Amino acid sequence: MSKVGSFALQLALCLSAYSFLAGLLALFRRDAGSARLAETARRAGIATFGAVLLAAIVLVTAAFNDDFSIAYIFHHSNRDLPAAYKFAVLWSGQEGSLLFWSLLLAGYGFVLRLRYKTDQRLFAHASVVIAAVQVFFLLILNFAAHPFAVMQGGLPPDGTGLNPLLQYPEMVIHPPMLYLGYVGFTIPFAFALGALIMKYPGEKWIHITRRWTMVTWCFLTIGVFLGAHWAYAVLGWGGYWGWDPVENASLMPWLTGTAFLHSVMMQEKRGMLKVWNMSLIFATFLLSMLGTFLTRSGVISSVHAFAQSSIGTWFLVFIAITIAVCTYFLILNRSNLKSEHKLESLVSRESSFLFNNLLLLTLCFTILWGTFFPILSDFIQGHKVTVGAPFFNRVAVPVALLLMLLTAVGPLLAWRKTSIESLKRNFLYPAIGALAVGGMMILFGVRPWEDPSYFYATMAAVLSALVIFAVISEFLRGGRVIAGKTNQNLISAMIQLCHRNTRRYGGYIVHFGVALVIIGVLGTPFNKEVEKEMGFGDTVKVGPYTLVCQSFTQDDNPNYGNEWAIINVFRGGKQITTMYPERRFYKASQQPQTLPRIYPSFREDLFLVSDLYLVYEGINETTGRPIIKAHVNPLVPWIWIGLIIMVFGTIVALVPNAVAVTAAATAQIRTPAQVGAGD
Amino acid sequence: MKARRTLHALLLCAIVFLFLGAGDTDARFKDLGHRMMCACGCGQILLECNHVGCTYSDKMRDQLQAGLDKGNNDDLILQGFVQEYGPTVIAAPTATGFNRVAWIMPFAALAFGITFVIYVVRSWKDRPTPALADGIVPPFGQQNSELEEFRKRARKETDG
Repeated sequence: MSKVGSFALQLALCLSAYSFLAGLLALFRRDAGSARLAETARRAGIATFGAVLLAAIVLVTAAFNDDFSIAYIFHHSNRDLPAAYKFAVLWSGQEGSLLFWSLLLAGYGFVLRLRYKTDQRLFAHASVVIAAVQVFFLLILNFAAHPFAVMQGGLPPDGTGLNPLLQYPEMVIHPPMLYLGYVGFTIPFAFALGALIMKYPGEKWIHITRRWTMVTWCFLTIGVFLGAHWAYAVLGWGGYWGWDPVENASLMPWLTGTAFLHSVMMQEKRGMLKVWNMSLIFATFLLSMLGTFLTRSGVISSVHAFAQSSIGTWFLVFIAITIAVCTYFLILNRSNLKSEHKLESLVSRESSFLFNNLLLLTLCFTILWGTFFPILSDFIQGHKVTVGAPFFNRVAVPVALLLMLLTAVGPLLAWRKTSIESLKRNFLYPAIGALAVGGMMILFGVRPWEDPSYFYATMAAVLSALVIFAVISEFLRGGRVIAGKTNQNLISAMIQLCHRNTRRYGGYIVHFGVALVIIGVLGTPFNKEVEKEMGFGDTVKVGPYTLVCQSFTQDDNPNYGNEWAIINVFRGGKQITTMYPERRFYKASQQPQTLPRIYPSFREDLFLVSDLYLVYEGINETTGRPIIKAHVNPLVPWIWIGLIIMVFGTIVALVPNAVAVTAAATAQIRTPAQVGAGD
Repeated sequence: MKARRTLHALLLCAIVFLFLGAGDTDARFKDLGHRMMCACGCGQILLECNHVGCTYSDKMRDQLQAGLDKGNNDDLILQGFVQEYGPTVIAAPTATGFNRVAWIMPFAALAFGITFVIYVVRSWKDRPTPALADGIVPPFGQQNSELEEFRKRARKETDG
């Protein structure tokens, strides 16, 4: 079986190398044969997908067949591993995840090459870039991290099992989502570089890649949040974001990708920021690569990282080559990227995008800087320093708050110029609502002047409220106009409004989701926690809850043995639920794993919902009693609700407009730009 | 009567002092515990390390409590930890020496960025409106005033 897999990978490498070289040659040749050559390159690119898919199928089949003659399967699976996790073996280790990367890239390339008729020359350029990236990954897979390497010596009876941390349902979804995001940014990158190389006129490449970029961004968003939820639900420390280097690595391309999604509108509408947009999409792709490098090189220690290996050098070389190529063509063809219009006012949508980009990039730089500072410190001072959560919280939070302010203000500004009257009209009610929220927080006992964390929490609440009220007021205002003209009810009118300009209103929904996420985060300073040994009938109070230990028990199955406590939860003298915090011991890997239990208090609190979070920490060897750690984490469920709304907003933005949005005064502009089209 | 009142006052002071001290120590424990990493290599903040059977976190927490009980100030306690576990035990760079650069750079980048954006905005505002290419005439023979009317209408319809 390993031979079939190895052959498939070698074939894929040959095909992608041909696709790259023949495609490149066809682009340079101007004779009659170049079209035929380009077609063979395209078909080789399509066939690459088949070969990589075959390799992936072989690896998954080997996992299901417990083929421990393959070293990768031996190290990441075992006979009693549940089927879903055997499937997840594909991306659970270094080699397999690189194969998965390659598979997704081949899949994206497959779709792109099938749709080549949209613009054959641009697609041919993009196809060559994708083939180059594909060659890089297949070179690693064939020569540095071979997933089909065979075990030396005799055939082992069982594998060492999958890392217990990865044996959680979300782990079957989280990596594919994250990788779909990481890999997906290769497509807009390929189109951008292709357009730059061929001096592609206009913004068509952006229109072609707009949906790709949004879908990719959506996948990355889901991946980042699922990672946070996994950390929350599995790691058992009561938090969801620890500013771990690998978490940071996933956030950086998300930030630049978000900046690109915003600034690209300036290029579409006004023909501005062309060099900037190119640079942003290049940076996003490079940061995706950097993230992959960070998790695999062992250069920075992280609980999420794969084992230390030599493939870091491969990535460094690839990143260096990519930077050199991108910089060369940016400089060479910069004359093609001149801005077509000027900025008319500082109070305009354009300048809000500039500041939005500035803040997103500052956040990205801060995270990059903090992630790499230990290496810099080691180099300069001779010893590493830790750059952990206290640093990131102190530096990133003020910038994030400014960004929230812009999230509220920016969408309500008009293109070109916004009048004072319009500002007043748009912001009066949202501002009153936001200030009322701040006032209520103080009324309910939050003292922002007593502690910086309370100050930030209050500011975050006020700004989130501002975003939410601004979005609602926009929907209401537009809905009322349509309702007045069409005699529909307000809800139908707002749905029609959304449908008329899906990108704009989908974007507002995404902003609404972001505000909910921030509300979820701002509860952190109010967290409560208690740790106690609990025997039968023992009680502990945490926040509004009283926990009573009913019993604790044990169980066993072929994959793991487990013990758990049975905790009755009371609130206001009434039992509201029973929770079963658990600790498992995985037999194959001989590793323990806690499995917290979470109870969100929607039924009791609705808006001010909090999570009751119980962790079974183990048994005190001396007393024989289990140690239970209980957290009350206010507002955290809003983070996950916010994610759902962000995804919904992105889906809305992907729906084509029902009515084309056009504006009247486009005459003087050489490339027609939609004045105040509003998205 | 006066002696009794003085006794009450002293008792009150003692209780207030006692509780102030207790609250302060708790807050300092929480604060310092969140400024240090667990030395077991888990990469977690000391007070958040929850590894079953972690051989470091309990010991470190006891050391922290002992330092507070002795009345040591924050710097002394942190120094003690650095001496025992190395500089990586501190969760964020200190504000001394080269480590200051870690704190300065993000804000320097923001300041640079703001300056750059303002420069860009100004240079764009000062830039003349791009001229139409040869052979391109305003459609329908519209004059500037007419186009301005269109612009106004478009703004009115799409503003906000």
